[in-house]
Amino acid sequence: MSDFLLELRSEEIPARMQAGARSELEKLFRREMGAAGVSVDDVTTYSTPRRLALIARGLPDATEAVSEEAKGPPVGAPDQAVDGFCRKTGVAREDLEVREVKGRETFFAVKNIPGRATKDLLAEAIPVIIADFSWPKSMRWGEASLSTESLRWVRPLSGIVALLGDDVVECEVHGVTSGAVTLGHRFHHSGDITIGNADDYAMKLRAGHVIVDHEERAALIRDGARKVAAEAGLSLVDDEGLVIENAGLTEWPVPLLGRFDEDFLDVPPEVIQLTARVNQKYFVCMKSSPSRDGEGDRDREENRLANAFICTANIEAEDGGAAIVDGNRKVLAARLSDARFFWELDQKTPLREHARKLERITFHEKLGTVADKVDRVAKLAAWLTSDARAPNGDHNLARQAAELSKADLVTEMVGEFPELQGLMGGYYVEKEGLPREVSDAIRDHYKPIGQDDEVPTAPLTVAVSLADKLDNLFSFFNIDILPTGSKDPFALRRAALGYLRLVQANGLELSLEQAAQAWGGIGRAKLGTRVAEFLSDRLAVQMREEGVRHDYIAASRDWKGQTDGRTDRIEARARALADFLDTENGANLLAGYKRAANILKKEDWHGIEGEIARTGEEDPLAIVDDPDLKAVVDAKMTERHARELSYTPEPAEKALIDALDKAEPEASRAIASEDFEAAMSALAGLRAPIDAFFEEVTVNDPNEDKRAARLDLLARFRAAVHNVADFSKIEG
Amino acid sequence: MILALHDFWSARGCLLLQPYDMRMGAGTFHTATTLRALGPESWNAAFVQPCRRPTDGRYGENPNRLQHYYQYQVILKPSPPDIQELYLESLKVIGIDPLKHDIRFVEDDWESPTLGAWGLGWEVWCDGMEVTQFTYFQQMGGFDCKPVAGELTYGLERLAMYIQGVDNVYDLDFNGRGVSYGEVFLENEKQMSKWNFEVAETDALFDLFNKAEAECRNALDADVPIAAYEQAVEASHIFNLLQARGVISVQERASYMARVRDLARGSCEKYAEKMAPEWQEKYPEWSL
Repeated sequence: MSDFLLELRSEEIPARMQAGARSELEKLFRREMGAAGVSVDDVTTYSTPRRLALIARGLPDATEAVSEEAKGPPVGAPDQAVDGFCRKTGVAREDLEVREVKGRETFFAVKNIPGRATKDLLAEAIPVIIADFSWPKSMRWGEASLSTESLRWVRPLSGIVALLGDDVVECEVHGVTSGAVTLGHRFHHSGDITIGNADDYAMKLRAGHVIVDHEERAALIRDGARKVAAEAGLSLVDDEGLVIENAGLTEWPVPLLGRFDEDFLDVPPEVIQLTARVNQKYFVCMKSSPSRDGEGDRDREENRLANAFICTANIEAEDGGAAIVDGNRKVLAARLSDARFFWELDQKTPLREHARKLERITFHEKLGTVADKVDRVAKLAAWLTSDARAPNGDHNLARQAAELSKADLVTEMVGEFPELQGLMGGYYVEKEGLPREVSDAIRDHYKPIGQDDEVPTAPLTVAVSLADKLDNLFSFFNIDILPTGSKDPFALRRAALGYLRLVQANGLELSLEQAAQAWGGIGRAKLGTRVAEFLSDRLAVQMREEGVRHDYIAASRDWKGQTDGRTDRIEARARALADFLDTENGANLLAGYKRAANILKKEDWHGIEGEIARTGEEDPLAIVDDPDLKAVVDAKMTERHARELSYTPEPAEKALIDALDKAEPEASRAIASEDFEAAMSALAGLRAPIDAFFEEVTVNDPNEDKRAARLDLLARFRAAVHNVADFSKIEG
Repeated sequence: MILALHDFWSARGCLLLQPYDMRMGAGTFHTATTLRALGPESWNAAFVQPCRRPTDGRYGENPNRLQHYYQYQVILKPSPPDIQELYLESLKVIGIDPLKHDIRFVEDDWESPTLGAWGLGWEVWCDGMEVTQFTYFQQMGGFDCKPVAGELTYGLERLAMYIQGVDNVYDLDFNGRGVSYGEVFLENEKQMSKWNFEVAETDALFDLFNKAEAECRNALDADVPIAAYEQAVEASHIFNLLQARGVISVQERASYMARVRDLARGSCEKYAEKMAPEWQEKYPEWSL
């Protein structure tokens, strides 16, 4: 057993590619070893900007010999057949064995494949791993690049260390020869470092000022940044993404704290943080010290951004980093000076004037300019707050906020930092002295974006945010651009999820048919229905993640025979259904329902609904589309149920009739008032009677009247259940 | 500083060339870079190139952003294996100590749709400031670079600020005898920023753009691609001026860029095609 070390040294690998490269290296190594029959157990990978390394512990010294045999033609078969078999197996004719199979002499080719030294297999595998390695972007270099067939790597590949135990695994890849020699830190170490084996690799590199373990570097940065912040009486703004990025940019990380001119704090803190983070990869700090976190009453002053930054150097500088900090301070000052230039320049023009420039920006070739979009959003936001009262807010302010909501897209600041969209508009409007709720609405109207993003609750913000998302949904559905498979170029799924979360967090009751009409005029109700269907699908996905079965949503999607345009109602119903079916009553009622439905299906008994469909002159499918017909069916049902039976019902039959007489109006009332729990409770009252009915009553009575009446009764039971939710959609 | 770099790169086999005598946005536009990156022949050159970026003008108010500044450019074809080490040595020559200053190679891929060119490389940071653009050209004018050239573009003002330890570019000591960079260039920055952003007659610029475009096509038709390339460079700069004047709408922008790209790519392609027979004669195994 030996440990194997592989180091692929190159010029600086982009930080963002290192994690992927580590797993690619492990994947390819395992693939090649698997193919060679070398069992691989424990594999560790490391990366620094200048090297990618893999250590595999406990590789066997050789693979085991294996014997493969193949059965061939019988002895005496034509020469052609025997020769063909020899060619196929690669065994010479004189080496074939003859064995008896079911009384016949038969040729066998037996190949003994000797075990091979792992070292040789590794020497063959390394070039394959390098050739097959997949980088997000790769390049050619040097003299060999005279041909486009030359080796590709993320940056020029400069060295290979390959050691099995203490021995070099010898191989060559496009002129790069393997060995035991590597290099240390670019500036802190000169000359070669000779690695003995996998065990002294990390140690020898550490002596050469290289910490090869990326996780160790990340920890040094994380802890070091907190420490230098605390020493300055500040608290670090944690940023794990920056920790990992800086770990990918350094071999010997040294966090250093510097200060920038206090005057820059006039610029919004988000801008400062983004400038520091995106352009310079610096951490920022808050004015409070972390030790006081627990005390709770931190005043505003302490929660504000401090005029400090933390950069991560790659050297232990001779002057303790003074020159480095000073240099970085200058760069940040220039960046912040630029940000302040944008901040001040943007404010010279009122946001309303910026908004005019949106007339020159195309939103989508079939949907006009961004200004056109803003008009639609403003109209919807005003409608939401006035006629729909969802949410309840001042519709004039809602319109105003919506009209200014996209104006910051043409400001210099957002041009520089697109991720500040919304936020900057909020700041600029605040500076213009508009009401706070308007600036809040502009700032937050893109929310919620991610799964964990906070959901707005301020009425104006909710109105503008909903209007923005609804406009996207209506607009793209209207020109038949829908998400398909993994393609969703206009982020309609995200818009749908945002819509659902806004409705949920704010308890809104919003009809999509009405919204579509407010958006595009009378005649758009169908568009509203299509969007409602899409939203219901997304609701099912969202609730499935939460553990609510998607078929409960499916059972709750219709309202009075039509797609329900209110996702809040679908959700409430599905949740009540989920709770109900979790109870014993619910589970048994479902079983009773399935039994009734099966009997009706088997008997092809359609009850009154079927009769109407059959006798009506219209297309039977009209029953689905015409909500009025449901009223007709209900009336007929009531009339028929009221009719006297021609025979004396059995007790269990009578009990079911009585229970339905009681449950039907209760459930209907509850449904009409959208109290789904009460509707489910009404159904619960049917559970015992339906169980008893199946227990004691024979449906297929020889007496045709009895049979018909009992099938009708089951149809009535089924209809009563359907009135609450479509149980036929429930699986299992 | 320029002299030190000239000495350094000249000693390592680079031809010392002079700036291209046209307004251009980067040293990469110099024919010694773009056109010479094509073809199989080895080519090593170093030169200073004044650069103009109208939209970067800040009326002399930003400590390190200028609409006119200088780049020092080195092109090494094929890229030598020790190119990073050579570069770091050159920094020492001009006075940057990598044990005192934090030198870093941060991913920055370069792409110029205008030139039909791209490459991989880094921006080199010195204490967080980008002081050099380091690129391995992979394609130029739509052709694979065979072989690949390494391009180093030093930002001279920024490096000088480091070496002299000043916060503001205008405070740079220009000659060691009391003349500052500001004395030489501040007024120029103020006036040129004003002209770029506010004054330049846009009708005349549109006219110049169209004329350059026409002349480029004329030169291409006459099979003189170097002349055509000059007109493409001219059109590119006029386009940048129009951008600074804010008279090109978002929709139009794409179409103007496409026009410049057609000219530049067309010129590079024509150049490569015109030279290909000669290159092939010297390097029989090579093809375009």
